[in-house]
Amino acid sequence: MEQLLSLIHENLQLIYVLILAVFVGIEVMGKVPQVLHTPLMSGSNALSGVVIIGSILVMGKTAPDNYLALVLGFMAVLLATLNVVGGFAVTDRMLDMFRKKKKG
Amino acid sequence: MITQIIDISYLIAVVLFVLGIKNMSHPDTARKGNLLAAGGMGLAMLATFFTPGLQNILIILFAIVLGSVIGYYMSRKVAMTAMPQMVSFFNGMGGAAAALIAIAEVYGIFHSPDAQLTFMSNTSTAYFYFGALLVSLVIGAISFSGSIIAMGKLQGFVSGASVKWPMQKVTNNGLLLVIAFLCVWLFQMESGQEPLIYIICLLGLVFGVLFVMPIGGADMPVVISLLNAFTGLTAATTGMLFDNKVMLMGGVLVGAAGLLLTLLMCKAMNRSLSAVLFGAFNTAGGAASDRDIDTTVREISLSDASVLLSYAKKVVIIPGYGLAVAQAQHVVHELEKLLEDKGVEVKYGIHPVAGRMPGHMNVLLAESDVPYDKLIEMETINPEFPQIDVVVVIGANDVVNPAAYLDPASPIYGMPILEADKAQHVIVIKRSMSAGYAGIDNELFYNPKTRMLFGDAKGVLTKLVAAVKEL
Repeated sequence: MEQLLSLIHENLQLIYVLILAVFVGIEVMGKVPQVLHTPLMSGSNALSGVVIIGSILVMGKTAPDNYLALVLGFMAVLLATLNVVGGFAVTDRMLDMFRKKKKG
Repeated sequence: MITQIIDISYLIAVVLFVLGIKNMSHPDTARKGNLLAAGGMGLAMLATFFTPGLQNILIILFAIVLGSVIGYYMSRKVAMTAMPQMVSFFNGMGGAAAALIAIAEVYGIFHSPDAQLTFMSNTSTAYFYFGALLVSLVIGAISFSGSIIAMGKLQGFVSGASVKWPMQKVTNNGLLLVIAFLCVWLFQMESGQEPLIYIICLLGLVFGVLFVMPIGGADMPVVISLLNAFTGLTAATTGMLFDNKVMLMGGVLVGAAGLLLTLLMCKAMNRSLSAVLFGAFNTAGGAASDRDIDTTVREISLSDASVLLSYAKKVVIIPGYGLAVAQAQHVVHELEKLLEDKGVEVKYGIHPVAGRMPGHMNVLLAESDVPYDKLIEMETINPEFPQIDVVVVIGANDVVNPAAYLDPASPIYGMPILEADKAQHVIVIKRSMSAGYAGIDNELFYNPKTRMLFGDAKGVLTKLVAAVKEL
């Protein structure tokens, strides 16, 4: 119990930020009209690829002769990049059609 | 100095993420929003490369270039109808990356000389770190295997039906309990048990499969959206591991947004999230049969249909998944233009869950340049139906089933629908009389006002366009 309390106390700032971020996420999402839900889902999927940063960091601290860890890190960077680039590109493709359509 | 610049870049990236999601809330700025978010991601990645002491930069760059080429290629090649499974696949990759990072961390902990200390130091910081590590590992694994199964169900290489087995709830909940128990047990151990951590990861993978298998193909969008929120959560916990703000904030944003989107999707189907996940959709048949309904089906010829449409004042087209499967979006736009030239007012009635994802129909119709203002949402168009002369239902079924408000015994009772049955005439274009995803009969098809045009949506519409031209 004491440990839990100190854990919360030590990370109080973090907890404040997290709670506010949850509200920001809900608030910006809540205003999205139904028609844009598929592109938005795709876009937020691309954003969840932000784990790419973790992949780069984990790879960056691996010793160059630790082959197993290098393979793990390489896969992590590769897959996260797929998530980011593929996600944003698919979203752009969807939204591009909304744009063209307005001209016509 | 460089650390400060990296931190400020991360701050800007987070602001760009929020602005990106915000801009996506309007069709005019949506594309800009996506580019802003992508820019934020690019900035965050670039800044990370300047982290002091970063090794293996060439290999990292190679992985990024390879991933970019493959990801970009896949996103260009995919057909519009296959978009949901593509999103699911990309989401699975993100989950896998999070799990791999966690595994690499675990491996590092047990195979470097001084790391054991940080792990077993028994301080609240160590608990915090280790808790985040386990969440990344388990949720990442669930997100990966679940997304791949969801993708398979939509693509057809995994059975789209709801796969059930005896004691399914017991096995699933039991597995989850076992995972939770093992995680707690790990904390109590005197020294770290590396193999046990890998076993937990494996169990997470198994749970992802068992979790998605019993859910029917029609509910996959909800599942994908939920798994997307899961991946966001793992990004946040990975951010905690590295004390990295951009991952933490980005992850939390996506987690919250993804969860809300999931709930909105459920709301559109008038079902609770737990009903979707644990399959309260009983297909106990005979819902319509206990009410006395004349099951005569009336067909209409192409020429009659073309006359009916050409001389109508107001026509509403209701597209469904059948339109997407037949790739008939261009033909339907051609029909709409032809009728407009004849002075008919044509609109599209869009049900929020028509197709396989919210907005699926909008994206599809946008592909064939249907003007945005012709796509009318359900709440707006429903009061207008009594004044509509002809409703054309193309490959849609459950979203126009009047049982949703007529028959309290029906499994879809209470689901908001497009009230096509209130219009003067209804033409239904459908391949056969088979039931929709809900697996129930649709009494709209037996309505005396309804006429059926059987056939593949594209084929029928092409002939219909020709018939209208000849008039």
